[in-house]
Amino acid sequence: MPGFLAQNASDIGELTMEHLWLTGSAVLLASAIGIPTAIWLTRHGRWAKPVLVVVNVIQTIPSLALFGFLLPLPWLGERAARIAIAALTGYALLPIVRNTYEGIRGVDPTVIEVATALGMTDRQRLWKVELPLAAGFILAGLRTATVLAVGIATIAAAVGAGGLGELIFRGVASLDNRLVLAGAIPSAMLALAADTFLGWIETRLRVPAFKDGKGRE
Amino acid sequence: MLKFQGPFALERSTPDAALLASTGQRNRTQLTRASDQNAIIFDQVALISSQGRPILEKVELEIPSGETTALIGRSGSGKTTLLRMVNRLVVPSQGRVLVEGKATSDWDPIVLRRSIGYVIQETGLLPHFDAERNVGIVLEISGQPKQAIKARVSELFSLVGLDEETFAHRMSYELSGGQRQRIGLARALAAEPKVLLMDEPFGALDPLTRAEMQDVLRDLLPRVQKTVLLVTHDLEEALYLASNIVLLEAGKVVARLPSKDFLTSKIPAVENFVRAVHRGTRTVTGATT
Repeated sequence: MPGFLAQNASDIGELTMEHLWLTGSAVLLASAIGIPTAIWLTRHGRWAKPVLVVVNVIQTIPSLALFGFLLPLPWLGERAARIAIAALTGYALLPIVRNTYEGIRGVDPTVIEVATALGMTDRQRLWKVELPLAAGFILAGLRTATVLAVGIATIAAAVGAGGLGELIFRGVASLDNRLVLAGAIPSAMLALAADTFLGWIETRLRVPAFKDGKGRE
Repeated sequence: MLKFQGPFALERSTPDAALLASTGQRNRTQLTRASDQNAIIFDQVALISSQGRPILEKVELEIPSGETTALIGRSGSGKTTLLRMVNRLVVPSQGRVLVEGKATSDWDPIVLRRSIGYVIQETGLLPHFDAERNVGIVLEISGQPKQAIKARVSELFSLVGLDEETFAHRMSYELSGGQRQRIGLARALAAEPKVLLMDEPFGALDPLTRAEMQDVLRDLLPRVQKTVLLVTHDLEEALYLASNIVLLEAGKVVARLPSKDFLTSKIPAVENFVRAVHRGTRTVTGATT
């Protein structure tokens, strides 16, 4: 085993970095799209349902199939990493959009009314009241999205996008369990590390501020 | 026939007179008198719910400037709705509300709201800000410099009788009910508004803290010279703090009287209200003597 590790260390390291890059860019992209969309939805309530249905449907597409669907697309299909990032972004959208939307909508209506009555503009209300109070929820969405993306990214290797999935696929093809584990263990560790880190930030952001003096759960 | 003085004058002997006034016939003349530029005026204000149910009906009312007016009535009588029309949290279906001589619909709502202090029950503080930031928030959103805000906040802490050093950095949940209300009051006064709206401000407090806060307010209000509109269902509180009392019933103004005349009024709705409030008191007195 030590021999195996020494032999593949640089591969594992490189693929882990690739995995991180795929997941990280997808989650960032999904946040850049999902958070503003969700904020917009809180202001235009009648669109909330149709949009949430769409992101929900994306979520139900089997990942291998989604990678396949994207393959023939003009610009996207040219590079495997593009396909992988686009697909992962699609999967990451649901938890981000839903949590941001529900988080903002879940802010105590009395607090919203007070913010309005104090003379805050819509923008001030958003930045000074709604987003800080919903921050814990939004982060919980990011956390789910990240863990999800780390897992699904292993399948991106199927279209040649690299990442730790490559080791797993190689291992499966050559019936070498060591290779499967060399892909699966770092991937699981990545997911756990991301979950712990984002969870730590999340607890820091939750506002322990409601009537009963306890945090909002 | 007995008559009261001032804009609240009503003929006391006939209950119809009160009703007549609420439909505006009589008050029209008072409104056009334009004696009080800064009064808050409800001009034929009505509100109909989305289901078509009337919530307020043809309210004709003048809230004199520089005085405290209490809106009383049972739950659902429309008093909070009426109050929320002043800072345009509620827009009337008919009629208009005048603030500083200008209809609320003609005001920029942001400017209007920043110029009106607003105090509500219990949860009024922003939960993620400490006391200091809560007090200064109106100044902060109006873009005042930090130094100026800090100075004003210090002033306000002492105005409402709280030690700044002790309380400035406490969060809402680290304050007692009374302290929270003091912070709420300080916040409402921060931008030096001419008008102060108070919606059951002490509704969630225990009787002792409530009495203490009433004293704070009674001591403070004459000094700050505000037009105060106070919604309460506590008659004692209205009598203690307000110079005028308006009684609402099912969306209509049924009486408006100087506080000193309220208990002796012969208007049936007022008599009913007073009787209902004092029923318990009588029983207690009867039992102990």
